[in-house]
Amino acid sequence: MKNKIVSSFDEAVADVFDGAVIAYSQWGATGLAQNLISALTRKEVKDLTLVGQQFIPIRYAIEEACSPVALAMQGKVKKVITSWATALGFTGPSAEILKEALSSGRIEMEATCHGNLVARLEAAASGYGAVYIPTGVGTFLEEGKEKRVIDGREYLLEKPIKPDFGFVRAHKADKLGNLVYHRSQRIMNPSVAMASKVTIAEVDEILEIGELDPDHVHTPHIYVDRIVRIPRGGPGTEEWFQCIKYKGFQPGGQMRAVMSRYQI
Amino acid sequence: MKERLSEAAVAARVAKEFQDGWCVNLGIGIGSIAVNMVPPGIDIYWECENGVLGYGPALTMDEWEKLDFNLPDASGNYITEKAGMAIFDFATSFGMMRGGHLDATVLGALQVSGKGDLANWTFERVPWTVGTGGGFDLAAGAKRCFVTTLHTAKDGKPKIVNECTFPLTAPQCVDLIVTDLAVIEVVGPKLRKEGLLLREIAPGWTVEEVQALTEPRLMIAPDLKEIEL
Repeated sequence: MKNKIVSSFDEAVADVFDGAVIAYSQWGATGLAQNLISALTRKEVKDLTLVGQQFIPIRYAIEEACSPVALAMQGKVKKVITSWATALGFTGPSAEILKEALSSGRIEMEATCHGNLVARLEAAASGYGAVYIPTGVGTFLEEGKEKRVIDGREYLLEKPIKPDFGFVRAHKADKLGNLVYHRSQRIMNPSVAMASKVTIAEVDEILEIGELDPDHVHTPHIYVDRIVRIPRGGPGTEEWFQCIKYKGFQPGGQMRAVMSRYQI
Repeated sequence: MKERLSEAAVAARVAKEFQDGWCVNLGIGIGSIAVNMVPPGIDIYWECENGVLGYGPALTMDEWEKLDFNLPDASGNYITEKAGMAIFDFATSFGMMRGGHLDATVLGALQVSGKGDLANWTFERVPWTVGTGGGFDLAAGAKRCFVTTLHTAKDGKPKIVNECTFPLTAPQCVDLIVTDLAVIEVVGPKLRKEGLLLREIAPGWTVEEVQALTEPRLMIAPDLKEIEL
């Protein structure tokens, strides 16, 4: 049996090359392969293209938190394809550097919307040449795209995105690479895994073959090339979240501000 | 200054549109308050972009220790689990919207045109920020698109306009506009919208006063009434 288990994150990303296209899933810190991205910040590499539904820093006040924005701040990124990158999270001196890079066009920003982004990954995963999508018709997303009327409704032609590497965050893997996600950790991770040429998954737990119920597998092992186990308490683990809950979300902290919107 | 409806009242009014068993996605803004405003006896299943259907109420401050970081909602808050809740991936979530499976979405607005065009994501495009998110798919895909908004902008200008000057989210997608002054139906099927029909008006306001704060000419419903909550 081929061994897919890699012992370190640095080793797992060792063959990421200059100009590579890297896909990830981000919803704040949820479902984000923080440790693999963190390993890339330690590697000498340039001209990367990043593909993810969010391109924002992780806002918690914790040093190890690592988002794709860190790679851009290091000057390793040439292009970003995303559907959410607000100015909101960009503060501080390093934010100014990033803002300058993006506004001057040194980093190219390709804006899309969530649905079209994931559809483009799905198209790559399924081998479609392109897909016609109704979302974005009549908006700036039309620019430079072919339009076609099908049964009386207009659609935009969206081309697949084929990432060289997919960074995936899952809860459990078995030794073959079958993956199970916990709650909304799943988000875009299955599509990233299916679309990418090389998929690397970071997981909380690696099980023996047979320990996962076949009915419960979310991502079949054919889509997974490498698995790395996150050390207990490492970034993105339950223990780590418990820790930032107390650090960044204590009563009276940010959480109160966020939740007050719901209190009427 | 004449009194207008509160934001909570606007949310309560839009919640009156919901029917038992609907699956609904609430956007950011006034609409998100509607989560607490559903009339009794009606079950609504809330959908969230990141792949949750039928979630429970948002976590409150005294429950913060129960917070699960793997249960965020679309605006960076955290939700609670509820019996019958389903989790799925992003592709399914957006297929759900695009494929017209969601009964309704409630979105905020910067501008709505007389033809139901919606602009709600930015005042102008800044190349280095992207604020598209899931709103484009919701507006273009949900069966019904309800907009909740204040009737006028901070500078007093109408938000219901002849033509949107801000970048569009989706053309001719809005079916109903609920504001702090009026309930306005955008008449006609999606993408072939015909105009605005004033159905309800805030207590103490006249048709002329609402029209003066609305750019497109309003048609008046024969059974025009006061907004009731």
